[in-house]
Amino acid sequence: MHKLDFFTQKRLSFGLFVMVLIVLTYATIIFTEYNVAKGFTSIPKAVRWATANFYPDAAAIKKLPAILAKLSDTILMSVASATVASFFAFFVAIFGAQTTRINVWFSVFARGIATVFRNIDVSAWALILLFSFGQSSFTGYFALFFVTFGFMVRVLIETIDEVSTDSVEALRATGASYFAIITQSVIPSCLPQLVSWVLFMIETNIRSATLVGILTGTGIGYSFDIYYKSLNYNAASLVIVVIVISVSAIEAVSNWIRRAVL
Amino acid sequence: MPLLQIAQLSKRYGTDKYALEGIDFTVDTGEFVAIIGPSGAGKSTLLRCINHMIPMSSGDVVFADASTKSFNATQLRAHRTQIGMIFQHYNLVNRLSVIENVLHGRLGYKSTVAGVMGWYSNAEKQQAVEILQSLGLSEQMYKRCDQLSGGQKQRVGIARALIQNPKLLLCDEPIASLDPSAAKIIMDTLKDINQRLGITIIVNLHQVDVAMRYAQRIIGINSGKIVCDAAPDAITPTIIHEVYGSEAGELILDFGEQYAQA
Repeated sequence: MHKLDFFTQKRLSFGLFVMVLIVLTYATIIFTEYNVAKGFTSIPKAVRWATANFYPDAAAIKKLPAILAKLSDTILMSVASATVASFFAFFVAIFGAQTTRINVWFSVFARGIATVFRNIDVSAWALILLFSFGQSSFTGYFALFFVTFGFMVRVLIETIDEVSTDSVEALRATGASYFAIITQSVIPSCLPQLVSWVLFMIETNIRSATLVGILTGTGIGYSFDIYYKSLNYNAASLVIVVIVISVSAIEAVSNWIRRAVL
Repeated sequence: MPLLQIAQLSKRYGTDKYALEGIDFTVDTGEFVAIIGPSGAGKSTLLRCINHMIPMSSGDVVFADASTKSFNATQLRAHRTQIGMIFQHYNLVNRLSVIENVLHGRLGYKSTVAGVMGWYSNAEKQQAVEILQSLGLSEQMYKRCDQLSGGQKQRVGIARALIQNPKLLLCDEPIASLDPSAAKIIMDTLKDINQRLGITIIVNLHQVDVAMRYAQRIIGINSGKIVCDAAPDAITPTIIHEVYGSEAGELILDFGEQYAQA
């Protein structure tokens, strides 16, 4: 058979990919009995409902002090879980990174732990821990702690291997001891990335904390849940506004810190 | 007086073929030796076996009349303090200042606590300043290393090796990432260190003409074996072709006037 030329072949495989996508979409629409037309026409209706009900009014503003108190709980919990988990993650990452590991088995073990903690979702952790700690801030704290820990071990392993391999080799060649190599070469080399990832995890944790709060009955998430379920949409919308403002503010601050550190 | 004796040194990575096989040579105190050979011939491995950065598979490295074959961790650190190493990519901690990087060369002499804390004596700091002055880097002393040019970084690398008060300098492709004028400064510096301080130098080079101009002795390696070991004036184009293999007819070589017809 005559061999198709390179470009025709590329076009054909792209066409095939689009076809598969269309078939998949269509099959799922039929399977779930989703009405496409109705789906689109209900968007204006949703917007109309939101503008009519979902806005903070004078009565909701009166609840602001209570909401802010819950918000500060949530933010403190997020910062605490992100920083403490990162601290522990750094030590585990040192054992996991190829550049600084003591032996292969430590490394496999460290990476294994990280994978387990990371791949269980934060909401799953919250529900599991709910049994041990009940409806308290501990549940949320540990759920965020575990996920942050798993994620940070993973990224710090990569950072250490990427940033400090060369200088670690040089310090090893001078006869420096293992711990001196860590403090004099690995930590200074990784510091900007380390700070950057901790800030990233603080931002992420504040977002997740809202969801975790709904599940565990603590913090700002719980406030939202209560107002929403008691049909107090004005107060619930105020909670959303407050969360958006605080997340944006924290993102701005952390961007500023990142620039200062680099 | 021999400073370094390599006896039947072999290195094998896993079950692959030998990276080094039966390497035998002796280096006297004060010699300037260049090692040449194609990429992958085993030059870097050979250099790193001398200070045990890569463990050898069999044979021995006798340094200052001591067999290093069965050194424990403490003896190994003491062995490495005697040997300075210079790298192609400089292997500095880029975020730290020039003087901090130079002082890293003293870490091998320190207790774990002093090393971890980075405590240096005034005498050590004074020596660092003097070495930097002698290498023409006094103005860069407090600059961060990522602000330096390649040639300056390599001089910092040399300063870090010199502050070890080494008996031997191992240089792994020290000029491979540098432009010709920076490369000349580095090679002149090494020559000066060799003649003025009497420090023995072994340097891996890709540039045959540079090896011919600076070294007192040239060792050619191909496929993990020594092909030639002679003074530069005994090295002929035929020998060079032997070192670089059969395709050597097309080598870019500059033998100067005496071999203009080569």
